Order: sequence, then structure tokens, then C-alpha cells
Amino acid sequence: MDRLRLRFEKTGKAVYISHLDLMRVAQRVFLRAGVPLRYSEGYNPHALISICLPLSVGTASLCELMDFRVAAGLDLQELPGRLTAVSPEGIRFLECYEPERKAAGIKWLEVGGELEYDGRAARDIAGEVEEFFAREHVEVTRRTKRGEGRFDLAGHLRGFRVESAEGEKLTLRALVSAQEPTVKPELLLDALRQSAPPLAPDFGRFTRIETYDADMRVFR
Amino acid sequence: MADSLERILPRVQKPARYVGGEYNEVIKDRAQVKLRMAFCFPDVYEIGMSNMGMQILYGAINAEPDIWCERVFAPWGDMAEEMRRNSVPLYALESGDALGEFDVLGFSLGYEMAYCTVLDMLDMAGLPVRSEDRPELSPLVFAGGTSCCNPEPMAEFFDLMVLGEGEEADIEVLRLFQRARDAGWTKSAFLREAAKIGGVYVPSLYEPVYNSDGTLAELRCLEGAPEVVTKRIVTDLDAAYYPTKPVVPSTEIVHDRVNLELFRGCVRGCRFCQAGYVYRPIRARSAQKVIELGREMLENTGCQEATLLSLSSSDYRHLPEACDGLLDWCEPRSISLSLPSLRADNFSMELMARLQKVRRGGLTFAPEAGTQRLRDVINKNVTEEELLNTCRIAFEGGWNGIKLYFMLGLPTETDEDVGGIAELAARVLHVWRESSPNKQRGVRITVSTSCFVPKPHSPFQWEAQVDMAEYRRRVELLRRSITAKNVTYNWHDADTSFIEAALSRGDRRVGMAIEAAWRRGARLEAWSDYFSFQRWLDAFADCGLDPAFYATRERGEDECLPWSRVNMGVRTQLLLRERHRAYEGKLSPDCRAGCSACGAAALLDEGVKCDG
Ligand code: SF4
Repeated sequence: MDRLRLRFEKTGKAVYISHLDLMRVAQRVFLRAGVPLRYSEGYNPHALISICLPLSVGTASLCELMDFRVAAGLDLQELPGRLTAVSPEGIRFLECYEPERKAAGIKWLEVGGELEYDGRAARDIAGEVEEFFAREHVEVTRRTKRGEGRFDLAGHLRGFRVESAEGEKLTLRALVSAQEPTVKPELLLDALRQSAPPLAPDFGRFTRIETYDADMRVFR
Repeated sequence: MADSLERILPRVQKPARYVGGEYNEVIKDRAQVKLRMAFCFPDVYEIGMSNMGMQILYGAINAEPDIWCERVFAPWGDMAEEMRRNSVPLYALESGDALGEFDVLGFSLGYEMAYCTVLDMLDMAGLPVRSEDRPELSPLVFAGGTSCCNPEPMAEFFDLMVLGEGEEADIEVLRLFQRARDAGWTKSAFLREAAKIGGVYVPSLYEPVYNSDGTLAELRCLEGAPEVVTKRIVTDLDAAYYPTKPVVPSTEIVHDRVNLELFRGCVRGCRFCQAGYVYRPIRARSAQKVIELGREMLENTGCQEATLLSLSSSDYRHLPEACDGLLDWCEPRSISLSLPSLRADNFSMELMARLQKVRRGGLTFAPEAGTQRLRDVINKNVTEEELLNTCRIAFEGGWNGIKLYFMLGLPTETDEDVGGIAELAARVLHVWRESSPNKQRGVRITVSTSCFVPKPHSPFQWEAQVDMAEYRRRVELLRRSITAKNVTYNWHDADTSFIEAALSRGDRRVGMAIEAAWRRGARLEAWSDYFSFQRWLDAFADCGLDPAFYATRERGEDECLPWSRVNMGVRTQLLLRERHRAYEGKLSPDCRAGCSACGAAALLDEGVKCDG
């Protein structure tokens, strides 16, 4: 059992740790906890750690997955607690296990969002927002490595619903495609800004809640 | 986290540096602590978090259970703008509380180019920048750090300054402040009392008096202020506090590694070097302690690199023992050790070969001057033969890059000395041709020059800086003399060095120019992104001052210098003697060859010897 997977949360102040920085943070967490990591062979050995789905800076997550390899056996039960004890604020390890499936099998991400409308009643906006994302096509211009392009959210965004609309805040849930294509939840805000400016909030924050495979079974 | 901050962060570069929450940060209960201090570093997070002095003091102050010391850094331009636009005051990383809620703001003052940033941080905290405009006792605004060895340029802004090492003195100041606050003293009553603490310089208790030619006539002591303020030191490094649980940044910083301090002070006595004089006397940690601290820090941080710090690592007596002990522990764990500031000698090269298994990149040496004559003038005790020999070993050992650092504008420098730099580089190249086992890989020799900045408390504190036109002429001369295509020449701007020189030996009036520069928008001036030479010229002009008066004017040996009330340990007589020996081209022995009774040993506790 040298290949292991950790499920962890990244919330609070830790949402500002970038994907790249998180790699180094994780390595140090392992070293502080005395986990015998396995290193790559060769000139410049690096720890064999990979974070399954890169998370944008500013987005929180309750369901991050990290694969890593160890050089010796470990007590998987107590590992998450041991790691959390030596982690920066906002990083909390939930469980550790031997993965049965490759991370490529993750297809859907359940996300929660909070949209803040300064000086406006969220109640008055909720219906229109729901309607907007229920359209047959939800086109948005997005920047990728290959430049700017038009992208249709439809088909890659499912089950969009407003959960609550209290005061100036609207709470939503949705499933977004996790990979191929990757739909970052911020793209929902871009879509509003571009195609329905009156519905665009003054601020939005998102949290990843759960990972699913293509058949909508919880992915572990 | 405040809502306004949460909205700003997604819009700025590298937001992780603005939130805290890192492993090992110190969190205390607001309601339980008796005193809250904001440790302010007048540069960005990446720089401040790499600073060993800050790590030491943060830990030492927090070791007091009822004092909570938090970190504050200067935000980069984009963040500073967002904060001002959204009325977010400067806050501390640990609690997120605005600086207005703190009892004490302590600034670390390490280099002149950070001066404007201090003012900007005070302003972002909602405080008036001048001490006299803050009539209340709280918050106390003070500073420590190397630049305080000339306290006068920043005198108007701080309530007090701590000279020398702060581990003990800072806490004495904080405790006195706590008493004063609880007993309701006035600010001036507190400052009069604080001035009695060793190492504390209270600017408002010294009044500068000027001669008609603009030079300083005297710094008049007011209200019984001490004639001389002597810097504080820690005598026993083994017993001194050391931060074995430093904050581990969650984002990239400049030097992301464990800092292990070997010893304080320098035995060399290079005459241009302020650090070599102001950090005396020499105090070393035992090898045992270094190894112990190193292991502990590596375990507590999970860092993969430790660096052994001092002004001249080769002069650490226990270097082989300490390196062996650390390597025994580090090697099996793939932890690397680095050793900057090595001398160009054989012993050091052997050590480097051991530490750097992979010979990537280059080795760096600082001959400082191009000819033996000039190296003798500055007391840089390295011969060309030694340097070439070291380069030979390096090339044979597989390194294929050498960086050579020099200064232009050193006292007595001639065109021949400038040309000597090019010749030295050519000889290094020649050595490579003779000795490299693998010439296909090529070689890279880099020559860098900076403009010499005369610094307070060094033997060259009276010297004139060469003017900018002359520096540029010498750069051009050197540029034309370097012809080999494997030798690259980099030079520093004249502008920055000129301003640095004007600030570093400035008197209290220079503070007006600093304030004027800040009012014109200066902050983070150590960054070329933000430095503006014209703004500085305008700022000096605003105050009717000429920066050249401070930078390029030779001081009379009997002139009253703005730092004349400060005793950093070394006697002025010795500095003068060294200056005269420089002009005679005479070397002085280093402390190991013979103690020259510089005076610094008097700072040690009774019965303790200087380790020079
Ligand atoms: S007291 Fe002597 S040995 Fe010590 S620093 Fe001064 S000159 Fe060097």
C-alpha cells in the first residue's frame, strides 16, 4: 500500500493558498508529521504528491483530494488528525485511504455559492437568476491558455438552484463539470456579468462540496 | 475576516501574503493579554518573512505570555490602493485587527530605502506620521534595527529607537510602557523614563543645533538625556532566545528556509563595511547549540533547506563540527544546507563541494576592488592568488559560473583600479580555460559593480561619495575594458546609491525630505518598480536641502556627526585610525590575528571575552 489518497478541507484563510503553493505546504505538513514520503528518482528528487483537481484562489472546498506515495506503512486511521495538527489554519484532513479509482474518474463537482447584492433584496433577484441558468444555452466568454473563446455552460452545469434568498444574500447549489471541460464556478458570475448585468452580484464566493463520477456516485 | 477585505483579496496579486494563518503563527486571546504590539516590517511580506531579525524578535516578544506580538507588512501597490480606496486600515496578520487597536507599533529599520514605507504604514494605520502630532501615550511608535545607528533622519517620526540587539531591550521598553499606560503617565514622562533604559534613544530629548554652513554644531541633550546612548547586545548566544518554531509561510517568499545563526559580529574589519563594525563584539554559538537548534527548527517547520547565517561563515570557529553534525541529520532526509558569505579560500571550497552535491549555478565572491592596492586600502584581506586558486578549485570541481562583486567609487580609487576589475575577470576566465574538465559546457563570469555608499560607524563614515557623473564614467570605463564575451557586466544605478548615501548619513532635516518624498507618493523605494529619482530630487528641493551636501561632501574629522550620540561599541578613535591607515594603504590585522581593542568588548558581561 504505497499509494494513498487524502480527503481534506481548504477553507477560511487557506482559500488564498494557490495550487502551486499548496504543493509545498502539503510537503511540509507531511514532513512535520513525520510521514515517510516517497520521492521521485533522479537528479532533483521531489515528493510524489499530487492534488487531484486544482482549486482557484479564493474558492473554498470541503472535498479536496490529494494522492501521495509513502515509503513505509502508516496507520491510516490516525493520519488525518496527525496532519491537521501540523497544518496551517483552514486545512483539515478528513480521511486517508487506498484509492480504488484514478482521479480522472471525477466528473462532477457539487458547488455552493453565496452571491451578495449590495442594497438589493436577494428575494427579488432569485427567480431571474434561476431562470438565467435554466436557459437552453448559457454562453460565456472565457479565457483559457489558448486565448479567449466562447463557451456554452449548458450541459456542463446541472441542477442549478437557489437554496435561499435572505436579505442581500442569495445562496445557490449546482453541479459543474469537474474536468473535460473544467468549469470553474466563477464562470457562473462571468456569465451573469456578460449576459445579464442586472443579475450580477457585487461579490460572490464559492465552496466545493462533493466530488462525483460520471454516474453521479460519490467519488472517493 | 472582514467582508471588505474578502472582497479586495481576489483582485490583488498573491493574496495569501495578506491573510496570515500560517503554521506556527502565534495566536493569543485578546482578552487575556496585557499588551498588544504590532511588529511592523516596512517592506512586503516576502522580504519581511525572510528576515532573521524579525523571526527572532517575534518569537522573543511572544515568549512573554501576556504580550501578544503580531506581524504587519507593507502591502504591494495594488493592495495598498485597494485598501485606501475601500477604507481598510492597515491590519495585523494574526488577528486581522486594525493597527489602531494596538498599544505599541514597533518598526524594523534595516535599510534606508524603507524609510518612506514606515511613514506610509503609519498613515495607512490612521496615525499622524510625526511623533509630536501623536500627543497621547498610546500607541507608542518605536523602531529598532541596523539603520537606527544613525537615528537622526527618522528622528521626527519615532517616539524612541532601540539601538543594537532587541531581544532584551524591546521587552524592557514594553514593560515600562505597560506601567506607564496603567498608571496614566503622560507621553513625555514615559519618554524621559524610557531614556534611562540602556540602548534607548529618545529623539525628542536631543535638539540639533546647526552652524551657518549647514553642518551640525551639536545635538543638545535636553531634560537630562544621556550624553551617549550605547547599543544593547546579547552576551551569551547559547543562552539567548532563538526562534525554534518560526512561522512557516504558506506562499513563496524570498528566502524560504530555516535560518540558523552561527555568530554575531565580524572579525574582518573591511573598512567600507558598516555591518563589520556595528555588530561587534564577536559572539559565537557553540556547534552543539547550532546543531540542536537546526534539528529542532527543521522538525518544527518541515523545511527542506537550512542556511547557516553570519557575516562571514568561514570565520566561524566551529564550522566543520557544526556542518558535520547537521549533515549527519540532514543528508538522510534530503535536506540541503547552504552556506552563504564564504571566503574565497581552499577550506571554504572543500566545504562547498561537500554541501552542494549538485553543482548548478554559480559561486559568488566579493573581491570588492580590482587591484591589490585598493584591496589593501579597504582592508579586504583577499589576494588575487587566493581568489584565482579558489576559482581553479571551483572549475575543477565542476562549477561553471562565478559571480564577482565589486564597488566603484571607493576612496582613493583610480582608473587603474577600475581597469583592474576587468583584468581580474580576464584572469578568472584564463583559469577556467586552464582548469575546466568540461569546456563544452562553457563558462559564465559575471562582474557586478555598485556605487560605494559611505556608512555611519564605519572607518569611511567621513568620506565623500563619488558623484553620479563620475560613477557613470567609471562604469563606462569598465564596460569598455571588459571585452571577453564570456564575461557579463552588470552595474547598479547611480541614482539609488546617491539617495541611499544622502539618507544614510543624513541629519534630522533629512527627515523633512523623507516626509516630502512620501507625500509625493514614495513607498517601497527599494523596489525599482517604485523608485523615482526625480521625486527624491523634488522632495529635497521642497525642503531647501541638497542631497549632495549629505552624499558627496567629505566630513571634517572634527565635525559633529548626526550619530555622535550613538555608541555602537567601536571607538571613534579606532575608526579614525583605520581611515588613516586606509590612506596609507596599510592593512590591519583581523581580530583572529590580533585584537585591535576596538572597544566593543566593553559591551560584554563581566568576565566574558570577545570571540574575535
Ligand atoms: S574587541 Fe578585539 S577581537 Fe573583539 S571585535 Fe574588537 S578588535 Fe575584534
